Parts: sequence; C-alpha cells; structure tokens
Amino acid sequence: MKKRSGRNGFIFLCAAPAVILFTVFMIIPTINVFRMSLFKRSAYSTTENFVGLDNFTRLLKDTNFIRSMQNTILLIVVVTIITFGFALVFAAILTREKLKGQNFFRVIFYIPNILSVVVISAVFSAIYDTNNGTLNSLLSLFSGKTVAILWKGEDMVMTSLIIAMVWQAIGYYMVMYMASMASIPQSLYESTSLDGAGRITQFFQITLPLIWTNIRTTLTFFIISTINMAFLFVKAMTSGGPNGASEVALSYMYKQAYTNSSYGFGMAIGALVFVFSFGLSALVNAVTKREPLEF
Amino acid sequence: MKKILSILLAAAMVMSMLAGCGNSGSDVAQEPAAEEPAAEAESEAPAEEPAEEAAPAEGGTITVAAIETAYGSDMWKEVCDAFTAETGIAVELITDKNLEDVIGPSMQAGEFPDVIHLATGREKALTETFIKDQNIVDITDVLSMTVPGEDAKVGDKIAGGFTETSLTNPYGDGKTYLAPMFYSPCGLFYNAGLFEEKGWSVPTTWDEMWELGDKAKAEGISLFTYPTTGYFDAFFYALMYSVGGADFFDKATNYEEGIWETPEAQKCFDIVAKLAEYTEPTTPAQANDQDFTKNQQLVLDNKALFMPNGTWIVGEMAEAPRADGFKWGMTALPAVEAGGDGYSYTWFEQAWIPGGAANQDGAKQFIAFLYSDAACAIFAKANAIQPVLNIAQTLEGDNQMFYAIYDNGAKAAMGNFAAYDSGVIGVTNREIWFDPVNSLVSGNMTEQEWIDGIKEVNDQMRDNLIQ
Repeated sequence: MKKRSGRNGFIFLCAAPAVILFTVFMIIPTINVFRMSLFKRSAYSTTENFVGLDNFTRLLKDTNFIRSMQNTILLIVVVTIITFGFALVFAAILTREKLKGQNFFRVIFYIPNILSVVVISAVFSAIYDTNNGTLNSLLSLFSGKTVAILWKGEDMVMTSLIIAMVWQAIGYYMVMYMASMASIPQSLYESTSLDGAGRITQFFQITLPLIWTNIRTTLTFFIISTINMAFLFVKAMTSGGPNGASEVALSYMYKQAYTNSSYGFGMAIGALVFVFSFGLSALVNAVTKREPLEF
Repeated sequence: MKKILSILLAAAMVMSMLAGCGNSGSDVAQEPAAEEPAAEAESEAPAEEPAEEAAPAEGGTITVAAIETAYGSDMWKEVCDAFTAETGIAVELITDKNLEDVIGPSMQAGEFPDVIHLATGREKALTETFIKDQNIVDITDVLSMTVPGEDAKVGDKIAGGFTETSLTNPYGDGKTYLAPMFYSPCGLFYNAGLFEEKGWSVPTTWDEMWELGDKAKAEGISLFTYPTTGYFDAFFYALMYSVGGADFFDKATNYEEGIWETPEAQKCFDIVAKLAEYTEPTTPAQANDQDFTKNQQLVLDNKALFMPNGTWIVGEMAEAPRADGFKWGMTALPAVEAGGDGYSYTWFEQAWIPGGAANQDGAKQFIAFLYSDAACAIFAKANAIQPVLNIAQTLEGDNQMFYAIYDNGAKAAMGNFAAYDSGVIGVTNREIWFDPVNSLVSGNMTEQEWIDGIKEVNDQMRDNLIQ
C-alpha cells in the first residue's frame, strides 16, 4: 500500500510540470480570450465594459468578416486538395519509379518549406510583378503577345495566394508520404502486378489504403496550419488588400484588435476561429475514419 | 539504486522545467528594460556614464519610448543626453522600429513609459487606441511652461496652428493632449527633370491636370500613381481644404449630417474618381506594404507623373535606380478653379504622455525641452524638422525646396478625421474613405458605391464621437 502511494506521488511529480505549464500557457489564456470576447475594451486600457454576446451578434452581420471567413474557407479547401493531390502523386512517383536524380528532386521540393514566409513573399513579389515578373514574362513568351495580368490585383489575388501556399507546403507533405510509402512491402506490388494491376490501380488499391492513417493525421494538421499560414502569407504578401479582397479571418482579427482599437471584438473573432478550427478538425477526423489496414 | 537514480533524474527534470518557466516569465517582463541599457551603453561615451548614474538623485528618472523611423535613433540618444545635462533628470530611452511590440506587453501589464513618441496612422494604431481610450495626459500647461535652459515659452516657440488641430486636440475641447513633432509637407511628387525635358508646366488647377494627363497618355506615361491607399489621407485632407476651405473640412471630419451630399463633397469624389481613371493600371496590385516601392519606382522610371507623398521619399528611394536627368519636384494639390488656393497637407508626428505614466512632471519637462534650440538642432541634423517658428530658414538642399512650399503660395492643411468609438463601429476611416480607391482604379467598384459606403457609416461615426 505504501509502495503504491509512493508510486502515485512519483507519477504526480512527473506529470505536474507539464500540467502546470499547459494550464498556465494554454488553458488560462484560452479561457481569457473567450472572456475578453464578451467585453468592449481596447488592448492597453484596463477599463472594460461587459457587453454580453454583442460582439458576436455584430460579427455575424459584419460583411467584411463574412468575406474574410469565405476567403479562409476557400484557402482551406482549395489549398488542401491541391497540396495533397500533388504531394501524394509526387511521393508515389519518387518512391515507386526509378528516376534519375531522385534525391535531387526530393531536396528541390523540400526547399520552400525551409524558407520563411517573408522570403517566400519576396520571391513571389518578383514572380507576380506585372511588368517584369517571371510569370507574366513566361506567359508572354508562350502566347506571343504581352501579358499583363495583375496577379495581386483584386480579381487574382486569392489565386496568387493559393499558388504560393501550395508551393510552400507540397515538399513537406511529400516527404512525409514518401517515408510511409517506403515501408509498404515490395511484395504487395509484385503480386498485384502478376494479377495484372497497372500503376494507377496499385496507387489507389495498395498505396493509398496502406498509408491512410498517415494521410488522416496530416490532413488534420494541415487544415489547422492553413488557417495560421494564411494569416502569415496575407500579412507578408498583400496586407489584406486591395480593398480587403484578400483579408482572411486571422488578419481581420488582427486588424480589429489593433488597427481599429477594438480588442474585445477582435477576441470574439478569435473565439469563433478557435471553435471553427476545433469543429473542422473533429469533422475531418470523423469523416476520414477507416478500419486501419496492416501489412 | 535504480529507483533512487530515476527519482533524482525526475527531480532534476522538474527543477529544470520550473527554472525554465521562471526564467521565461521574468524575461518577458524585463525585455524592454534589459534591451535598453545595452543600447545606451553602446552609444554613450564612457565619460558620460557616471554623470548619468549620479543623476537620479537630483531629478528622478523618466522613461522615453520613441519610434525609430527613417531619421534613425541616434538623435534621440543625443537629445536625451542633452536633456539630462540641462535638467538633471535621467532618461531611460527605448527606441525600436517596432516600438509597439517592445512596449506593448509591459503596458498591458500596467507599466507605462512616461513619454511616447509615435505617429498616428500606423498599423498597430497605438496612439489612436490611447486617444480613443481617453488615456492621454492633458499637456495644455506645457505650452505655458518655459523651455528648459531658455527664456521662451513652449507655446511661443511652436509654429502657428500646430497646437490647434484635431491631431493635437483630439476631443475638440480646446485642450492639447499631443505635442506636435517633426513636420513634413505632403504634396504631389514628380520628376522635375522630365517636366523640363518635355516643356510641361506643373498644373495649378485640376483642369490643367487633366489636360496634362491626356498629353502624357499620348506619350505612354500615366498621370498618377500612389504608394498605398494609406497615402490618400494627406491627399484627401488637402483636397477637402482646396474644395471647401477649413469650414467644409471641419464639418466633414466631424461627420456632419448630410455633409457627403453637398456639392463640395461631390466635387471631391469626382476628382478622386477621375484621377482613378488616369492612374497607372498596375498601381492597385502593388499598393500593399510589400510592393509599394514599385509604385514609387514608377515615378522614378517616368512611367507615372505624380504621386502623393512626403519629404521622406527622397531618403526612402535614395538607392533606387532612376531615369536620366531625374530631379525631385514637389507641388501642392492644384486649386479647384483658376485663382483658387492650392493646399499642401502638413504631416507631423506626436509625442504624448500616457495616463499611466509614473513621472508626469518630468515627462512634461522633457516635452518642453523637445522645442529647445538645442534639441531642434540635434533633430535637424537627422532631417527631422521640429514645428518651431523660423526653422525653414535654417534648412539646406532638397529640404529647403520642400519646406519652402508654404512660402510659395500653397496653404497649409492640418487635421484629421475625428476619433470615434471604434468598439461600436467595426471599420477604420481608411477602409471607408481610402481603400476603395484601389477598387475604383481596377474598376471593381463605381464612384457611387464608394460614396454610398461612406454615407452608410457617417451617421454612426457622428453618434459615437469621443468627446
């Protein structure tokens, strides 16, 4: 009995630091965000007025917020689909096919992930330049006439963000999938090819199901990180412009909390985004649930 | 043995984590303070250090937080040293390009600097937040204080008009809360060399402007560009003055009922909408914080004639390549009719004392000292021009030309939109008035949609004015 209580004490002692840190740095601030969302207050003043759910009712009528949410959802859906599509296909090609310079490609694809968002935005500033940019120059070369697409103009700015975000994320997920694809036994592919399965059939019947748990985990990660990355990309590349066309939920929150001096309203956006990402992750987790296959 | 070892290891882990936790906590609190003596130690001559150490006993210590802009931070160190030498009050100086990030956390924890020098119009809107919170100390009495080391009163030294604008008296109650600092005339900047080469004259009315626009178009040059829509504040304020004078400006910036339906307002909208047609088409795509220099480059490359800007543009684009024979020129906004007044907006920064400042008397002395001849000379060396009388005569080079704009017939426009309770209205002035210019240029919005957007919030802003 004495031994057991000593053991419990030891477990408690081991767990305590993590629990304390988690509470102080995660749980309390999160609760604070929700609390502040019920107040009308600014960032540097101690005076605050309780306004109940006013911030939230205003938020749901705020067309600028709705637009920023639409942009966020657009980015989550489109960037996720394109990134995962490309990452899976590239990973399959690089692991399954005998290509020259495999490692070279692996490194090339991975490089964007090492770069900071600020560097990426500088790179894309050069690519998207209307007059001397790489993209317009290439298009002009192939079309034979001068192309002057305003990549960061109001109509194209979301597309430009999507391209940059996909470019940045592909390499990382590709390497993740390559690692799990490499552990699928060669014999499975050999036996199916004897049965007459082509490469595409193998990809859908063997590769995908066997790395499904990996895809599931990364999908949840990716959706949450897209919400954060979108903020960074928007801040560095477009400042939310032109005329708010590329504003996303978190950049709008920042704008409200600081530029517009309404911290409480900003926290209401924060609270909503928190619930949204939580809900979305749960949803994705539920929808992608499969019996795990083993080999 | 094993058990003892594991307990020891676990204990070590616990201790190190707690120690780490403790450290990180105090790091945050000390960051601004810890950073600042190091910065000071670098710049100060060793001989001065003992004097500063001894100083607190004499007159106490104040903390000054100043934004580091294109003028650099050395001038602040010099001014602080001169202030300490004059008054015996020691100064702890904090300067940083992202000042809000440095002083923000400690202010949220309730520790405020005694003097903050920071312009309005920045993205973090720290000054605006304090104005809206009514969290700034009334410094009207500083104007009647004697400048330390001189006989003159502060109010007599500051040039006319600077302490009567809504930027220094935000609540319209006749009291001054923010001290005017470093002024810069804003106007339309252009390549004077190109105008000489083509034999064009700088337009003095908007009609001449449109004529010039057509002439330039024929040569493949656009009439207008702008760095970002943020630069439209100075432009729009000057435009309102030139269309309707001070009276219209005051009514408009206080959101008077029906003001946007008046013919004056319509005239302003029409001019901006027409200017949008003459704007270089790639401008909106580059009008963000990352690419705005590309728009400024359009003027240097002779692809656009005019851009609204301030005198800092010369330093900002000093390293940029430019067309042969390029020469900076600056003009006030053209008059609406021949013989009318051209206006140049006077942009200036502000120094103020936050409500939570511990040593407000020392802070007031410091602000008074900022207008002393000694301080003005130190600032002027770094091209930061204090709004004191007769300073324009002491300037040299490009600055002489820029600051002479008011001597050459242009009238000075000052002021800004009155502060409203943004906790009720979820939009900034910039979003309503200036950002839509991007959409006007790209054709995603009509003039009427822009005006409707303004009218929609005007009444709300008036109802929630901070007074």
